[in-house]
Amino acid sequence: MNWDPITRIVGSLGIFTKIDFENKQVAECYSTSSIFRGYSIFMKGKDPRDAHFITSRICGICGDNHATCACYAQNMAFGVKTPILGEWILNLGEAAEYMFDHNIFQDNLVGVDFCEQMVKETNPSVWEKAQKKKAPNADKHGYRTIADIMTALNPFSGEFYRETLAVSRYTREMFCLMEGRHVHPSTLYPGGVGTVATMQVFTDYLVRLMKYVEFMKKCLPLHEDLFDFWYEALPGYEKVGQRRVLLGCWGAFNDPHVVDYKYENMSNWGRHMFVTPGVVVDGELVTNDLVDINLGLRILLGSSYYDDWQNEETFVRTDPLGNAVDKRHPWNQTTTPRPQKRDFNGNYTWVMSPRWYDKRTGDHLALDTGGGPIARLWSTALSGLVDIGYIKATGRSVQINLPKTAMMPETYFEWRIPKWSNAIERDRARTFFQAYAAAAALYFCEQAMQELLSGNSKTWAPFKVPEEAIGCGFHEAVRGVLSHHVVIREGKIANYHPYPPTCWNANPRDIYGTPGPYEDAVQNTPLFEENGPKNFKGIDIMRAVRSFDPCLPCGVHMYVGDGKVIEAHHSPMFGVESKK
Amino acid sequence: MPADVLSFGNKPAVSDVHIVWLTAGLSCDGDSVSVTAAMQPSLEDVVMGAIPGLPKVHLHNPVLAYEVGDDFMKYFYQAERGEIDPFVLVVEGSIPNEEIKQQGYWAAMGTDPNTGQPITTCEWIDRLAPKALAVVGAGTCASYGGIHAMAGNPTGAMGLADYLGWDWRSKAGLPIVNVPGCPVQPDNFMETLLYLLFQAAGLAPMIPLDEQLRPTWLFGKTVHEGCDRAAYYEQDDFGTEYGSPKCLVKVGCWGPVVNCNVTKRGWMGGIGGCPNVGGICIGCTMPGFPDMFMPFMDEPSGARFSTAALTLYGKMIRALRAITNSTVNGEPEWRRRGHQLITGYEPKPGAYESHPRRKAA
Repeated sequence: MNWDPITRIVGSLGIFTKIDFENKQVAECYSTSSIFRGYSIFMKGKDPRDAHFITSRICGICGDNHATCACYAQNMAFGVKTPILGEWILNLGEAAEYMFDHNIFQDNLVGVDFCEQMVKETNPSVWEKAQKKKAPNADKHGYRTIADIMTALNPFSGEFYRETLAVSRYTREMFCLMEGRHVHPSTLYPGGVGTVATMQVFTDYLVRLMKYVEFMKKCLPLHEDLFDFWYEALPGYEKVGQRRVLLGCWGAFNDPHVVDYKYENMSNWGRHMFVTPGVVVDGELVTNDLVDINLGLRILLGSSYYDDWQNEETFVRTDPLGNAVDKRHPWNQTTTPRPQKRDFNGNYTWVMSPRWYDKRTGDHLALDTGGGPIARLWSTALSGLVDIGYIKATGRSVQINLPKTAMMPETYFEWRIPKWSNAIERDRARTFFQAYAAAAALYFCEQAMQELLSGNSKTWAPFKVPEEAIGCGFHEAVRGVLSHHVVIREGKIANYHPYPPTCWNANPRDIYGTPGPYEDAVQNTPLFEENGPKNFKGIDIMRAVRSFDPCLPCGVHMYVGDGKVIEAHHSPMFGVESKK
Repeated sequence: MPADVLSFGNKPAVSDVHIVWLTAGLSCDGDSVSVTAAMQPSLEDVVMGAIPGLPKVHLHNPVLAYEVGDDFMKYFYQAERGEIDPFVLVVEGSIPNEEIKQQGYWAAMGTDPNTGQPITTCEWIDRLAPKALAVVGAGTCASYGGIHAMAGNPTGAMGLADYLGWDWRSKAGLPIVNVPGCPVQPDNFMETLLYLLFQAAGLAPMIPLDEQLRPTWLFGKTVHEGCDRAAYYEQDDFGTEYGSPKCLVKVGCWGPVVNCNVTKRGWMGGIGGCPNVGGICIGCTMPGFPDMFMPFMDEPSGARFSTAALTLYGKMIRALRAITNSTVNGEPEWRRRGHQLITGYEPKPGAYESHPRRKAA
C-alpha cells in the first residue's frame, strides 16, 4: 500500500513508512518533498525591494507571512522604521491570517480526520462510543453528543464544516481590508503599508472580528470536547505523533513603539513582540533572545538533492554585534541543486535539514514548530511577558479574555502547558491560538483607531536601498517559525534564504543521522486503526502528520509489510471502485 | 453545442462532469486556496448542486479531497484510461522543463509502481490532456509560467501553452483556457469554471477567449479602466508615497497597461484589490509577469511618457498604451521546451547530468 500524495494539506509532502502490523506501530518513516522551484537561485541579482513580492509566492496559504517577514528583513537592511499606524495595520492583517488559516485547516482539512465518515471507516468502535457520549460543552456549541460533532465535520455535507468555510471567507475579507489581497498581499512594502487608514477600514474589520470572537466561544469548547473524548475513547492516544519537546517560535506581532528593526536592538524588540520568541527544550525555555536564535541557525545538507557549500563564498563573517556567523547559517548558504533519483538509502528529498545549535550541549537540535500554535503558546507562556488585557502570559499558561458579543457573554479561556508534544495537543493548541489571534486583534484595533484619531495617519516611511547591507526577518508563519536572510551587494540581492516552518518539520535525516520531526513523530507511533493491512487507511499516521499543518508540496507514501519495507508492487487501489 | 433556447430546466447534455485538478506544477497551491474564497459561485454551490442546469460535478482536488494517496490518485488513473469522461483538467503551477537534466524530477505527484520513482507533473499532463474535455490553467504560473519562470530560474519553467502549444485543442475542440492572476481572483476562476460547465451542459456556446487564451469578459479591460483612482490621473494629481489615496502610477503601478478586473471586482465580496486599496499593480495577470514589471516599485517606463503626454488627446494615449500593453502581453523568450536551459542560470558543471549519487553521510 502506498499513499501519494497526502491530501488536505497545502503543497507536496511524501512520507514513506514501514509498518509493523504485528506490534501495531510505525517502525520507520521517511519524509520527502516532490517539488523544487529555486527561489534562492532566481532571486540573485534582483532588486532587493522586490523580495517581499517574490517571496510571497513561496506559499499559497501563508504567502503574506513571507511578504511580512521579507519586509522585516528589508526594513533592517534599508534602515527604515515603519510608522506606528502602519505597524498596527500589519499586525491586524497578520492576525486575520492566523484566524483564517488555522480555522480552514482545523475544520476543513484536519477536521475531516475526525469526521463521522472517517471514524466509521477506521474505528467503528469509537463511533459507537461517540454516539453515547454527551458533549460536556453542548450548551455552548449546540451539539448534543460527540457523534453529532463528528457528523458536523463531514466534508461539504457537515454543518460545522460549511460554517467554518464561511468563517474562512469573512476572516479573509478582514485580511484584505489590511493587506489588500489574500494570499499574496498588494499593499505591503518595505517601510510600511499602502493601506489608506480611515475609520471605515477599521470599522469594517472590527465588525467582522466580533463575529469571529463570538464564533470562538463556540468553536473552542467544541474542540475541547472532541479532543478530550479522543484520549478517553482510545487510551494511549497521547503517543500518536508524540516526540520530545523541542519547540521553536520566532515571535510574531512587533510592538510599534519598540521595534526599530536595528539588529543591535533585536534582543529587546524581539522580547516585546506580542507572541514571544523562544526555544523550548524538554519544557524549559532555553532562550527568548532573537540574536541567540539567529546565531544558532544551522542548515545541514541532510539527505537532500543539493551540493554542499563548504567551499563556496562566505557572505557574512560576523553579525552587526560582532558575533561570528557560522558557515552553515542561512546568510552563508549557497543553493546548488543536483537533481537525481530518489533513494531512501541516500538522498530522497528537495528539503534540507535546518537545525538549531544548542551551545550548551553542542547538539544540533531538530526543533519542530508543532504546526505553529503549540510552540507559540508554550514559548509565550514560559516567558510570561505578554500582558495586554485581552491576553496575559503567566509563566505556565496563557489567559485569553474575550469581551461580550451579540449572543454570548464575556468569556475566559486558559491554555495550560500540556503534558505532551503530540498530535492531539498540537491540534488543541491551534484552536486556542485562533482565540489568541482574535484577542490580540482587538488590542491592535483599539491601538490603531486611537493612533488614527490622534491625527497620525501615516502608514509608510521612505528609504534608500544601500549598496551593501545585510538583513534578517523573524516571524511566525501560520504553521510556525519563519526567517528570511538577505545579503545586498551593489544594490542587488547577492544572497537570499527563507526558512519556512515546513522545512523545519518535514526535513530528512541529517548528516548526524537525526531524523526530521515528521519522521521522528511518526516513527514509533502506535496504531489504533481497526482495519488490518488490507483496508489500512493509516489514519493515525495522517493525524500525526497533519497535526504539524504541513505546507510543502507533499504526498505520503506508505509501504506496508511485516516490519520490513515491501516495494510498492501491489496495484493502486482501483478496487475501491466497487464501494461506490 | 449551444441550445437554441437557454433553459435551466433542460436536461444537461452530460449527466456527470469530473474536475481533475493537478496542483503539482511548480506552484504554491495559492490558486486552490484562493478558490475556497470564491462566493460567486462558491465551491460548495457547484459541488452540491446549488446552481441550476449543471451536470453533477465531482471535484478531485488534493487540497480538499477526503481521500489520500492511492485512494485519491485513482481518479487520475481513471481519467487516463477514459473511465471518467468527460473531465475538465485544471492545472496549477508552472510547468518545469524536465528535459534539461538527465535524472531526478522538478515536480511530481504519485509514485510509479514499476520504478518506485515519482511520476512527473509533465508526464501527468501528457497522459491527461489528450483525454480532457478542456484544460484550464488556474493562475499565472500555469497560464504563462509566472514567478517560477523568472529570469535566472533553474528549472526552465513555462506555462501550459508553452508546453502543449498555443494552438493546442482539446478533443472537444476547446483551446487551453487561462485564468491568470497571482493568485487567481477567486470569483474569476469559479465563474470561468461555471461557464465551462454550462458549455458542457449544452447551455452556452464556445467560451470566448482572447489571444492570450483568457476569457474576454474578465480580462478585456485594464486595471486602470476599472480603478476608482483613475480620476486623479486625469487631473494630473499623483501619489508620490505609498499610503497616498491618489493615483499610484508614479510609484510603480502598471494599471494602465495590465489586463485585469480586480479594481472593479475587488478581491472578495467586493473588498480589497490592488491600486484601488493602495497596492501598486505589479502586472501579476500578465504573460510578461514578473520580468517585464521588475523592479516593481519603480515608475513604469511607459507611464512616464504617458503621464507627460496627458495634455495630448486621449486617442494618442490609448495608442501609446496599446504598444506597451502588447509588449507585456508577450512572454520572455526563455519559456519554452527543449533540452537547453536558457533562463540565464548556469548549473554547476555536471549537476544536471547523470551521476553516481552523493552518499548521505
